[in-house]
Amino acid sequence: MSTIKIAARNITRNVRRSVMTISAIAIGAMATLVFGAFVSEIFVQIETQNVVRSGHLAIYREGYFKYGSGNPAAYGIPHYETVLQLVKDDPVLKPLINVVTPTVNLFGIAGNFESDASKTFMGLGVIPKDYNRMHEWDEHQIRAQLREVDAPLNELDETHGFVGVGLGRILRLCGALKIADCPNTALPQDDANGAGPSVPAKRDFAGLKDSGEGSTQQSGQSHVPRLDLLAATSAGAPNVVNFYVDAAVAQGVKELDDAFVVMNFHLAQQLLYGRGEKKAVGIVLQLHRTEDIDAAKRRIEGLIQSKGLDLEVRELKELQPFYRQVIGMMSAIFSFISLVMVVIVLFTVVNTMSMSVMERTPEIGTLRAIGVRKLGITRQFVAEGLLLGLIGATIGLLLGFVLNYLINHSGLTWQPPGSASPVPLLVRENEIAPLAGIIWISLAIVAVIAAWLPARRGARLTIVDALGHV
Amino acid sequence: MAIAIPIQSSTSGAEAAVRFHGVSKTYRLGDVPVEALKSVSFGIPPQRFSMILGPSGSGKSTLLNLIGCLDRPTAGVLEIGGEKIGAKSDDELSEFRARKIGFIFQNFNLIPVLSAYENVEYPLVLLGVRPTERKRRTLEILKSVGLVEHRNHRPNQLSGGQKQRVAIARALVKGPTLVLADEPTANLDSQTGAAIIDLMRQVQHEHGATFVFSTHDPQLISHAEEVFSIRDGELLEHRTAHS
Repeated sequence: MSTIKIAARNITRNVRRSVMTISAIAIGAMATLVFGAFVSEIFVQIETQNVVRSGHLAIYREGYFKYGSGNPAAYGIPHYETVLQLVKDDPVLKPLINVVTPTVNLFGIAGNFESDASKTFMGLGVIPKDYNRMHEWDEHQIRAQLREVDAPLNELDETHGFVGVGLGRILRLCGALKIADCPNTALPQDDANGAGPSVPAKRDFAGLKDSGEGSTQQSGQSHVPRLDLLAATSAGAPNVVNFYVDAAVAQGVKELDDAFVVMNFHLAQQLLYGRGEKKAVGIVLQLHRTEDIDAAKRRIEGLIQSKGLDLEVRELKELQPFYRQVIGMMSAIFSFISLVMVVIVLFTVVNTMSMSVMERTPEIGTLRAIGVRKLGITRQFVAEGLLLGLIGATIGLLLGFVLNYLINHSGLTWQPPGSASPVPLLVRENEIAPLAGIIWISLAIVAVIAAWLPARRGARLTIVDALGHV
Repeated sequence: MAIAIPIQSSTSGAEAAVRFHGVSKTYRLGDVPVEALKSVSFGIPPQRFSMILGPSGSGKSTLLNLIGCLDRPTAGVLEIGGEKIGAKSDDELSEFRARKIGFIFQNFNLIPVLSAYENVEYPLVLLGVRPTERKRRTLEILKSVGLVEHRNHRPNQLSGGQKQRVAIARALVKGPTLVLADEPTANLDSQTGAAIIDLMRQVQHEHGATFVFSTHDPQLISHAEEVFSIRDGELLEHRTAHS
């Protein structure tokens, strides 16, 4: 007669109570697994969204990250091609890197002067080929699920790029860029009268297009609106370039959406450095795998130190504070929910085992009388708690897997923070086996601890009192 | 024919299966100390059918608990099979009970989730007896109490007499030197009680164990070989029936 066999029989003595206990444990396991799978999915979605845009690591001039964003021209990396080559040729980094590319970050004013509209912009200059390749990154195979995909950047013409939907709207490019939810491109009547705008009120999209919205006609490239981008060069002189807007791409966060411009790296260099030395503001690295961030960062820091370069390396969590915040918040919520589940399971099993010990006190006395040690009594009740925990956890996890499948095939959508449009409500079905294992083991441990408390009390009863218990 | 003998002439230490040397037991009922046994000194002879008699509250259950190593004396020395009980740890006492003492309870006290066979086998599991030997001994003792056919029945599928037979088999399967029975016939009708008494006499002869009973049952008392009368925590007399 093994202890487990006796335990299995004992938990069938009060079927209703055992079913209730197992149900509570199963619900706890299922809820934790489903929520954990949901959180995992959010993690990989946010990670993917951020990695395709910002890469995993960025190399800047020392001090740029803290002080340089207001004056990126002053913090440019001179001879960036040498640094780029140094990283590309490093035998340790080579197998880890997917893309390594220079970038220029800048601020200025974007103007659609035909429509008498202008707005400060936050620009990112990128190598189109590298930028497009970065957007193919899909370590977790979820790109197909993400509707929010940036438009590919024109690789042939340096003067082309795209803007945020909000900026396109502000600059009156609704019709040309086919921006939805953009019904009225006219200025308020007072302003219209005062400033004499060229855009009459309440025109429809067709009318806008016909009237030459933006500077399409003047650009000489039909269907592509033109903006004038104004920025101060590193020497402090104003500089202007022509910029053709291929598309408007939603950026999720309104402040970014109202200001974002993605342009060709060389155009950005031209705008920021004018006729001076062409530099890069940053060198972005996208790795094949996110887990290699630490190794790659250490290696680059080593290279910088060994070459005595005036550079610093920043990683994804620093580049994208929102990413770190969401991860932190979801982790905290998951921990809290897990803790609640643990407490529920703990109290349920303690209650069940306490009742069991009380009801079986004469039996405890009998077992002690015929020679079972205190430890043997404790072991018997702990085995029963463990069995309840394992049965409940197993059922709960199986239900959790089924629920995960149903959620992923339900067609439900939601709009996560930082997302410009609703995305499918998904939970992670793959790669949650370790989470399921942790839940299973954790609940078993919780059940053992919960059973141990009343079991110890039962084992400590004096034999005479236990035998005389009614 | 039983003859009364004075306490002083009780069984000598060398011969006794159980020996009390000035053993006292005091309980506390709230703040009030209750002296259940008052410095008793006597011996219980081995391989005999011994009865502890006395009215309710006389201390006979306390005496039986001490003999069964279920409780410890407050004062004095208790020896069982020549071993001093007071010096043993809780685990050592458990081991001692598992090897040396069999219990037969008034309410049978079978483990409800185990079959008759498993209930009887359980003490052998505790002793670490090998499975084949366990099976042989379990079936043998079940046969001797006439319950081989019912070996797969759970206690709730057995009559009171059958349950007590299982309890007797459980007490004897490990070959104890001492068997303690607390009112073993109290919950049985007279006919079943008589059958149980006959069974206990039979297995006592077969196994040569020392049987110690606490009982009020005249039918059982009539089979006594040794009678210890207890009143107010003191041994009044010890009688021996010479066959």
